[in-house]
Amino acid sequence: MNHTLSVIVEDKPGVLARVSSLLARRGFNIHSLAVGPSHEDGMSRMTIVVDAPEVEQVKKQLHKLINVVRISEYEQSVAIEREIMLVRVAGGPGKRGEILEIAAIFDAIAVDVGHNSITFQIAGDPRKVNDFLELIRPYGLVELVKSGRVALAREPKGRPVRLRAVN
Amino acid sequence: MTKMTGAQALIRTLEHEGVDLVFGVPGGAILPAYDPLLDSPIRHVLARHEQGAGHMAEGYAWATGRVGVCIATSGPGATNLVTPLADALMDSVPLVAITGQVPTTSVGNDAFQEAYTTGITMPATKHNYFVTDPAEISDVIHEAFHIASTGRPGPVLVDLPKDILNQSTHWRVPAALNLPGYRPTVEGHPRRVKEAVELITRAQRPVLYVGGGIIKANAAGELRRFAELIQAPVTTTLMGRGAFPDSHPLAMGMPGMHGTYTAITAIQKSDVLISIGVRFDDRVTGNPKFFAPHAKVIHVDVDPAEIGKVRAADVPIVGDARRVLEQLIEAWGERETPDRNAWIETVHRWQKDFPLSYDQPADGAIKPQFVVEELYRLTGGDATVVSGVGQHQMWTSQFWRFEEPRRWINSGGLGTMGFAIPAAIGAKAGTPEELVFAIDGDGCFQMTFNELITAAVEKIPIKVAVINNGTHGMVTQWQRLFYNGRFSGSVLGDGIDYPKLAEALGCAGLRAETPDEVGPILEKALAIDDRPVVVEMVVDREEMVFPMVPAGGSNDEVILGPSEKAIGPASDLP
Repeated sequence: MNHTLSVIVEDKPGVLARVSSLLARRGFNIHSLAVGPSHEDGMSRMTIVVDAPEVEQVKKQLHKLINVVRISEYEQSVAIEREIMLVRVAGGPGKRGEILEIAAIFDAIAVDVGHNSITFQIAGDPRKVNDFLELIRPYGLVELVKSGRVALAREPKGRPVRLRAVN
Repeated sequence: MTKMTGAQALIRTLEHEGVDLVFGVPGGAILPAYDPLLDSPIRHVLARHEQGAGHMAEGYAWATGRVGVCIATSGPGATNLVTPLADALMDSVPLVAITGQVPTTSVGNDAFQEAYTTGITMPATKHNYFVTDPAEISDVIHEAFHIASTGRPGPVLVDLPKDILNQSTHWRVPAALNLPGYRPTVEGHPRRVKEAVELITRAQRPVLYVGGGIIKANAAGELRRFAELIQAPVTTTLMGRGAFPDSHPLAMGMPGMHGTYTAITAIQKSDVLISIGVRFDDRVTGNPKFFAPHAKVIHVDVDPAEIGKVRAADVPIVGDARRVLEQLIEAWGERETPDRNAWIETVHRWQKDFPLSYDQPADGAIKPQFVVEELYRLTGGDATVVSGVGQHQMWTSQFWRFEEPRRWINSGGLGTMGFAIPAAIGAKAGTPEELVFAIDGDGCFQMTFNELITAAVEKIPIKVAVINNGTHGMVTQWQRLFYNGRFSGSVLGDGIDYPKLAEALGCAGLRAETPDEVGPILEKALAIDDRPVVVEMVVDREEMVFPMVPAGGSNDEVILGPSEKAIGPASDLP
């Protein structure tokens, strides 16, 4: 099962390596990991999607890293989760219309059109991004890239489940 | 603000942190740091190998309770420190390792003696630093000492490129700590403390299962008061030997794979297991599914990640062992001491019926346990005992009677063979008034005996008893028990004349070959105090460590002695 962790870390060299090395050596599978600046000066936010039956031990182990400041686990119902994908679909003159129709339904934007392919940009809920991907897959995928999931908690009714010391 | 080089700032900050002793080996990249060291009151002990320097710093930290410091150069110097760092991480030993690094202009270029030290040591340290500005040195070193010695102690490495050490900077007193992600919990949650006391009040068969956390937190006094208050028998893990006096009527000795029958069984029968500063290691629990099956578990630890890692806790308490014990004592208040006579009598009956035992025939080979007991008798137990890893370690832990903390030093979690000699040197250097006696195996001895030169040259007069059975004893024991006595790769042979070797390295060398020689030879060893002493004890090669719970087995099935279970042919051991 996938769990989304939002981790505030000090913006220092090597922090990403510490986090990913810890997850690897404790035997946890990373589904995706996105990192960038946060609203706090000197702090970055990592959104880590971990594939594990439970993440209590992951959170505690991450918390042992000196540069990890805060960890929140987001349940899907209380979080805004987003992903961006760039995808190049094979599609010459005969198929373009069909593909663009599907793209329009999903608000995917054609960012590059060539003789043999169209490149789309789509951003949104990861499920929506996946649905779009599955619909255009039969036309032939040339290349694709995903940003990895980013997430924030909704306000006010859903608050992040914060890690507290177990007592 | 004083103008100086990065190297001078480093040494100045070590002085500021109160360091009196460092263990190290110099080399190209760390050379700048060695120059100001010559003018510093800090004593440098020149180890013969960086691994030795690391274990010396560990021994120093174990014995004194202070942060041990070791220094190495870049590349191989740093990689040789990996074992002691991993050892210190497993056993929560406060350590600061300083390593040289190639100049920042060469980093990443596969320069001479370059290794990616912070990357290599990342999973072997509590935290590490790569310094890129000499102005950061004082703050980084200050943080390193703070992180190493607080919360769950551990090793911290600081990697210093040569050009950073050579650049000039302004030294100032380290600034206030800025560690937003590091705030160890000291105080136990009052509600949990209350729950724990209520559970203990209702308990019929409580057991205190305590470990290294008690020693790290200097909580032995509080533990004793609490144990007496609640009248619960106490078992001390390998890391926690000395946390509770073995002479105390509530003491049961060590639990686990080679623990006492009483300690193992009391845990199995307990209804409340009060676990403090322990981590439910597999060497203690055996198969955790069968461990303490009837017990509600109270788990006190300063590291939240230990709680629930192996065994779910009914009452989890994150906090410093000493502080939480104070809170527990306070919460217990004026409650009457419960009547646990029936339970304690049961425990005492097990002790009487299933004591640790061995048989020393007067005209047979020396039994290793007899060496431990003779040394105990002759010293009155007034010594710091250090061991490596294997049979000799188990016999020492079993047959020495530990009364105080910090007088038993060994490698527990990582199980680092060769730990004893360098750790004994570090312990002796840190506590020079103390008699420091390493009880080592011959396999362990052969891994690090080069450090005897350090002991001799630096005039650190440790004593080493080599329990010589010509084999990797614990390996042959498992081969006897589980591999039909096929001694593959485990026989060391008789190639070494230990007394001669000791003499050649600047130590005194002695040997005992029969039981009646053991006492007199040990007395001779104890009388020598102008140089290190090595005493070879030629022991019975077939002796095995019992009791034993085979790895992954249930603690309900303790093998008490060699005749209890079918054992493979063993007679062909040289």
